[in-house]
Amino acid sequence: MADTLDKNELSNVPEATSVPKKRRRLSAVWIIPIVAAIIGGWIAVQKYLSQGPTITIRFGTAEGLEAGTTKIKYNGVDIGTVSAITLSKDRKGVIVTAKMAAESKHLLVEDTQFWVVRARISGGTVSGLGTLLSGSYIGIEVGKSKDKRQAFTGLTVPPVVTGDVPGRFFLLKAENLGSLDYGTPIFFRRIQVGQVVGYDLDKDGRSITANVYIKAPYDQYVNPETRFWQASGIDVSLTANGITVRTESLVSIVIGGIAFETPAAAPVLPPAEPDTVFALFSDRSEAMKPPLGTPHTYVLVFRQSVRGLVPGAPVEISGIHIGEVVSIGMDFDMKTFGVTIPVTVKVYSELASERLVKGEQGPAPSDREHMLDKLVELGFRAQLRTGNYLTGALFIAFDLFPNAPGAKVDWSRQPVELPTTPGELEGIEQSLKNIVQKLDKLPLEAIGKDVRKALVTLNQTLTNADKLVKRFNTDLVPETKGAIIEARRTLEAAVRGLNSANTVFLGPDAPVQQEFRDTLQELGNAARALRVLADYLERHPESLVRGKKAAPLPAAVQHPAQNGGK
Amino acid sequence: MSPAWRSAAQLGLLNCEDCRLLSRAAPGMHEGRCPRCGAKLHFRKPNSIQRTWALVIAAAICYIPANLFPVMTTITPFSKSSDTIMEGVVLLWSPSSWPLSVVVFIASVTIPLAKLIALSYLLITVQRGSIKSNRERTRLYRMVAFIGRWSMLDVFVDTFVVALVQLQPLMSVGPGPGVLFFAAVVVFTMIAAETFDPRLIWNQSEVIYGRHS
Repeated sequence: MADTLDKNELSNVPEATSVPKKRRRLSAVWIIPIVAAIIGGWIAVQKYLSQGPTITIRFGTAEGLEAGTTKIKYNGVDIGTVSAITLSKDRKGVIVTAKMAAESKHLLVEDTQFWVVRARISGGTVSGLGTLLSGSYIGIEVGKSKDKRQAFTGLTVPPVVTGDVPGRFFLLKAENLGSLDYGTPIFFRRIQVGQVVGYDLDKDGRSITANVYIKAPYDQYVNPETRFWQASGIDVSLTANGITVRTESLVSIVIGGIAFETPAAAPVLPPAEPDTVFALFSDRSEAMKPPLGTPHTYVLVFRQSVRGLVPGAPVEISGIHIGEVVSIGMDFDMKTFGVTIPVTVKVYSELASERLVKGEQGPAPSDREHMLDKLVELGFRAQLRTGNYLTGALFIAFDLFPNAPGAKVDWSRQPVELPTTPGELEGIEQSLKNIVQKLDKLPLEAIGKDVRKALVTLNQTLTNADKLVKRFNTDLVPETKGAIIEARRTLEAAVRGLNSANTVFLGPDAPVQQEFRDTLQELGNAARALRVLADYLERHPESLVRGKKAAPLPAAVQHPAQNGGK
Repeated sequence: MSPAWRSAAQLGLLNCEDCRLLSRAAPGMHEGRCPRCGAKLHFRKPNSIQRTWALVIAAAICYIPANLFPVMTTITPFSKSSDTIMEGVVLLWSPSSWPLSVVVFIASVTIPLAKLIALSYLLITVQRGSIKSNRERTRLYRMVAFIGRWSMLDVFVDTFVVALVQLQPLMSVGPGPGVLFFAAVVVFTMIAAETFDPRLIWNQSEVIYGRHS
């Protein structure tokens, strides 16, 4: 085609304007890759420089950890990322490899601690809730050492106290953990002043030791006399004293807690040294009891049911707590085939001595023995008593029973046995039993037989009586009727007779009455004459011999006679 | 290939790329200005190979951080996660969304790399004066040029997500440094495809055939 192209046509094409040639060896476009290379290189250098050390941390489990995702955070700042998780060679744990940021170099020292932060609700604080959604992360507590380290062993539980919070650590010994946990709050007058930072079972397995941390301004209130007790949640106890509910605060209700206080009576002491060991009491009343002193163990042998008596039940003297039941055993006496129950009790000597021997502090063993011998002689006996009728809880009371059968304390045996006396209820039971026994002895069967015999005889007698009555009815009654009619007639006749007699003797004009009246009048006159005579004879006794004189005073004598004569 | 074919350069003719006016090159000159519109005229794009090489190298340099740096940072109240392109591919690689994973892998990893390789291949063959499979190489160039405009898909997705997912207290998405490098890779390869003169592919054969004629 080009060959056939008209030369004229081509010559007609206008000529391009020529421009002077600028010959550049290198195009300016090379700036672009150079700039890109510089930026890329700079970023690479930055990346390299920002890369910190790689560390390994040994954990028991990799639960919640993920290679490439799990971060290592110090005070919430990412300082590293887990890059790999592998099983340890002994297969007992996992080795977590983490790439740390360059600025974290100085954090990785000998005593730096690592732990896995998971959602945790304890110790009055809800922590790590974010980890529920974002996954766990590894927390770090920087040590104070200067020595660098690359391989660490992670903690199983996070340390509660992080950073340099001033305060003091103390140790609490308790029988059991109760509701304690890491982070359980410690209260002083209901202010939260510290936390439980750890606990461990003692080597002998008999108790636990809790490590507690008390913050700075409050640690000064802990002195050697301070008492700690478990304010664990709601403490409901059903004892011989009834139902007891104790709480420290709402937080402690939910998660438990420890409270401490120094008894007001205690002397003012300097604050306790760090790591002082305290006893952890189960409740406040126990904690605030005066020092108990050394306990003395005694055995009390009961021959009655101890249902309701539990280890820990109080031992009292006149209602004062002096000790507690330690254990309840059982013995079988092969001689009498009876069950005896040896109850071991712990009596605190200081308590008892303070109460029994006033003014004396801690009596010497001989004093104690002497005192107890004397008391036992006076009738000092242990008795089971009902503390709570609702629950049937029993306690042991010591008291004087002067009428109790004599007993002696054998001090050679260990533990020493103290005499007992049947309890109140047992006493009642015993008397009832006696009554029943007496009732038992009655020849009830014989009596019954006799009664039956008597009843048979009585029955016969009654039958006879019945017959008799019937005969009365048939034979005697008609005759009686006749007799009664006769009797009535006789009575009527008698009444008539009496009536006529009445008219004869008692009528106003009855001749008998008339005559009777006259007779009485005559009799009265006679009596008057006799009186006159008697009066005269009194004045003139000589007249009896000489006869009557002509007296000038006849009128006075005669007048009554005249009046009477009328 | 017919020896009768003549290119404009062989006839000493220049075509204005702005106004399409045909003009004759001044004797001994390879360049000039359009007598009508004054645009720069040249038989072949000046420094085409050098420029393309520069851009291809720049793109190759940017390709490394584009894949190593995260392209997207997702912040929720509980976590902050930054994902690179490959991490996104791995994240999507699940029984339910593996096709998406494949799409992302092809669009974001394979195609930029393929473009870089294709351009390098074209440049090398042109520099070596290869005359083999010119048609195929031209087709390859067309494909590279065509695909260029679609390569920004990833960047678009990233900008959209960043702009839309801003639920501040709950969740927010931010761009990672990787997306800048990725965009640079795409832009550089697009410009490189532009600066590459496909006529160069045919240059050597023209010279050969020109000699014959």
